[in-house]
Amino acid sequence: MRVFMALAMSVTLGAGFAHAQQAIDTEKELEKYRQMMSDPMSNPGFLNVDRGEVLWAQKRGAKNVSLEGCDLGEGPGKLEGAYAKLPRFFADTGKVMDLEQRLKHCMDTIQGLDTADIVKRRFGRVGQTSDMEDLVAFIANKSSGMKFSVPLSHPKEKEAFAIGQELFFRRSDFQDFSCATCHAEESKRIRLQALPQLNKPGKDAQATMGSWPTYRVSQSQTRTMQHRLWDCYRQMRSPEPVYLSEGLTALTLYLVKQAEGGEIQVPSIKR
Amino acid sequence: MKKLSISVFALAGALIVGPAHAQDMPKVDAKRLEEVTKAMWPKTPEGWEKRISFDETQAICSQYRNDLPQAEFDKVKARELATVKFPADGKVLGDWKAGQRAANNGRGGTFTDKPMTNGGNCYACHQMDRFELSYGTLGPSLVNYGKDRKFAPEEAKAAYAKIYNSMSVLPCSTMPRFGYHGFLTEQQLKDLTALLFDPESPVNK
Repeated sequence: MRVFMALAMSVTLGAGFAHAQQAIDTEKELEKYRQMMSDPMSNPGFLNVDRGEVLWAQKRGAKNVSLEGCDLGEGPGKLEGAYAKLPRFFADTGKVMDLEQRLKHCMDTIQGLDTADIVKRRFGRVGQTSDMEDLVAFIANKSSGMKFSVPLSHPKEKEAFAIGQELFFRRSDFQDFSCATCHAEESKRIRLQALPQLNKPGKDAQATMGSWPTYRVSQSQTRTMQHRLWDCYRQMRSPEPVYLSEGLTALTLYLVKQAEGGEIQVPSIKR
Repeated sequence: MKKLSISVFALAGALIVGPAHAQDMPKVDAKRLEEVTKAMWPKTPEGWEKRISFDETQAICSQYRNDLPQAEFDKVKARELATVKFPADGKVLGDWKAGQRAANNGRGGTFTDKPMTNGGNCYACHQMDRFELSYGTLGPSLVNYGKDRKFAPEEAKAAYAKIYNSMSVLPCSTMPRFGYHGFLTEQQLKDLTALLFDPESPVNK
């Protein structure tokens, strides 16, 4: 009887240990998977970079000119470091703009390009590439190795940050979710997916923002922050947010500010 | 932070001036914010007319970052409690196996989904039983939930109410108000309550 009791107890204790061990093993396997995926030599996102380089220099639109005269904040045609300082205020439009809004503006004004088509193809899929995803990959890559440092000095930039912050905490729709539901606490998970804390400056925000645009293995496409936020709102059961809307830029500015000092390494590769 | 947000929102509608630190710069008035969100979501998608997009409770929880002062807390709790509808037959326990399927299902309700029976997606945030390793940690573990409450019928009823409208128990709870929004059906709410309270459910094993 005593032997039986001892055996029963060790089985019970053993089961608890096995579960803990299993959880650790799962985490190790996930880490291996993440490392495997982050090999830059096998990152298809660099195909977008190459296509983006061609698109940047290509003469297009009613005016048959390239985008090389486009000012992304650092001066016309200057790409190095431009992404690290976006979104920012542009005096010629009187607006705070992210990279995609700015590119659309340059396509409209400099090239006279049909941007309705560009917007229609904003998210690439099988049989359809996205000029935006290609251009963002190319331009953001020119800030690789640099650190985020948005100016946040103009009153409109400060206002955009504040709007972004309000949006981050704004609960709405079918499930009462806000960005903060998943991203305002440390070391939380949804299922097994680790959730970065994004409501304060620090390494979570730096690692997250510094790795977009990214090649999404699960989608076989390179995605930008506009797509990331679109997909967040989709998962939050919100209606589809308007592409290039002011709110998405404000939210992006809020997030980039939390990532200040974080190194950009893009395009990265993610699940 | 709590003190700040209270003083800040006492001035709701006015231009708000925060401290110099970048983290505390809520300088945006309510009208401006409404203009921005209106531009993000200019129209209600077809078939979504009955969905709640932004109600009074969501507004106040957003404003106070889910940390309500007592008076507001009581107000929200009373308002949300009034929305809870129990099943007409008085039975809150359904089929735990169907509850397990609903708890594991994370699909439905997005703008890319066709209309379908939505999943509760409980495992996204809660550990429910010891056998499923893929669980999230945003909510508390629910292992032994019914057992710990001695399978008491009044506890099961309270759990049903909590799933129906989490904010009737805890205003500004992170958990969605599944019944209030009509996100889950009455049968699903019963099945999920059974998942928590049936002695045969893996939650209590």
